[in-house]
Amino acid sequence: MLEIHRDVCGYCGCCVSVCPEGALELIDAYLEVDDQCTCCGICAKVCPVGALEVRDEEKI
Amino acid sequence: MKKKYDLLVIGGGPAGAIAARTAARAGHSVLLVEKRPAIGAPVRCAEGIGKEALAEFVEPDERWISAELKRAELVGPDGVSMLLEAEMAGSKVGYILDRKIFDRELVWQAAGAGADVMVKTRASAPLMANGAVKGAVLDVCGEKMQVHAEVTIAADGVESKFSRWCGVDTTVPVREIMSSCQYLMTDIDIDEECTTFFLGNETAPEGYLWIFPKGKRTANVGIGISGKKSGAGHRAKDYLDRFVRRRFPDGKTIECIVGGVSVCRPLGCTVADGLIIAGDAARVVDPLTGGGIYNAMFTGDLAARVASKAMDEGRVNAAALMPYDEAWRTSPMGLAIERNYHIKEYLIKLSDEKLNTIIHSAKSLDMKDFSTLTLVKELMKRNPKLVAELAVLRALIG
Ligand SMILES: Cc1cc2nc3c(=O)[nH]c(=O)nc-3n(C[C@H](O)[C@H](O)[C@H](O)COP(=O)(O)OP(=O)(O)OC[C@H]3O[C@@H](n4cnc5c(N)ncnc54)[C@H](O)[C@@H]3O)c2cc1C
Ligand code: SF4
Ligand code: SF4
Repeated sequence: MLEIHRDVCGYCGCCVSVCPEGALELIDAYLEVDDQCTCCGICAKVCPVGALEVRDEEKI
Repeated sequence: MKKKYDLLVIGGGPAGAIAARTAARAGHSVLLVEKRPAIGAPVRCAEGIGKEALAEFVEPDERWISAELKRAELVGPDGVSMLLEAEMAGSKVGYILDRKIFDRELVWQAAGAGADVMVKTRASAPLMANGAVKGAVLDVCGEKMQVHAEVTIAADGVESKFSRWCGVDTTVPVREIMSSCQYLMTDIDIDEECTTFFLGNETAPEGYLWIFPKGKRTANVGIGISGKKSGAGHRAKDYLDRFVRRRFPDGKTIECIVGGVSVCRPLGCTVADGLIIAGDAARVVDPLTGGGIYNAMFTGDLAARVASKAMDEGRVNAAALMPYDEAWRTSPMGLAIERNYHIKEYLIKLSDEKLNTIIHSAKSLDMKDFSTLTLVKELMKRNPKLVAELAVLRALIG
């Protein structure tokens, strides 16, 4: 599961641009993840502030 | 607010604003939608732009110019610094903008030209008919509405979701996203007319760190690193914090922003039936510098002009919009992207050691006497061990 730490997120869209599944969307300042997410961890890797975390799954 | 427009523009950044302005000036009905509640905020930019580039689209105005640049400084991995004065830097000399005001001014001009504008309005799905884009579903403060348009311009920035919903893959490769973080810092000692770039694997792996002056004792201090190099404990913010602690221990951070800049090749095709993709959404950022304001305005303007002509001629399919794709690719901007992509690929593979050697060597030359090409040739003469690398660079520039 992808956990979004909204208190850390700076709502910049960097993660949205790299998600191969198109599973992320920024609704103004609120980042949402949908059920297309495969927990690949790419978004968590590139986030400039570390606001994303893949839980219970191996991280890349 | 109407239900039907000639042109729907998604995104209120420089690409969208200029597109809306151009189309409205050509007499078309235009709606520009921006999902954020305010145009231009939060800023996602270091705000640097060349003087001539800016003047192509808008008259410079002191209300949104924070600083005027006279020189640039390049600092190598070992700390050696090389200064480029205005007369050598050529067109590189420019301004640092205040994009909160600048972006707003551009949208203002679009509105002044007759475009309708809606903020806090998100395009959440395309309207499709027979595979063609016919407008969008808009989420306006919790309510959904449909707006039909002959042509839709996706100028939705780095996220670029709209084109994806229309079937265009806009995914940026991990190694080609610049994961970025920037502080607007004040009460710091800086050269208020100089932009400084720091290179090196310790400082900013496969990217660079910048200090862009914003006026008196104030600057954008930021960094972009390759997504490939980012991870827990070594993210853009970690590198930036380390730099700031050393360089500006007493500085005050009055704004903190994050962002992503694509430094990949542009999309393979930037049009579809009823759709044109412009600005960051089309991945037309300069891959070497990460600069995208000018490229966004250029493609936004071109997109509107091609759409306008296509609408006048009554055909808005991909073939009718294709002149847009062809025109930006063969423009000086398109050719610069292609060339700079190769230079970037070359530079990120250079070791710190080689980078140091090149900067030390270049520093010892009187830069005024050299064009870029003769400079590279001279460097080759002085650094026989680097001939192979420099030959690549020369081929790319020449
Ligand atoms: C840290 C950083 C530093 C940079 N420094 C520089 C620099 O010094 N010089 C330079 O030239 N460039 C710089 N850039 C790049 C520059 O900011 C962009 O290239 C430029 O803003 C692109 O303009 P645009 O109009 O294409 O997109 P944007 O300015 O990103 O505008 C897109 C807009 O679309 C909106 N939007 C997105 N989706 C939707 C939707 N579904 N519905 C409605 N609205 C939507 C967004 O909210 C956004 O306002 C930098 C970028 C970053 C991140
Ligand atoms: S990259 Fe990080 S800070 Fe930016 S929107 Fe995604 S989670 Fe938020
Ligand atoms: S974990 Fe992978 S699939 Fe899921 S949102 Fe992040 S990038 Fe997309």
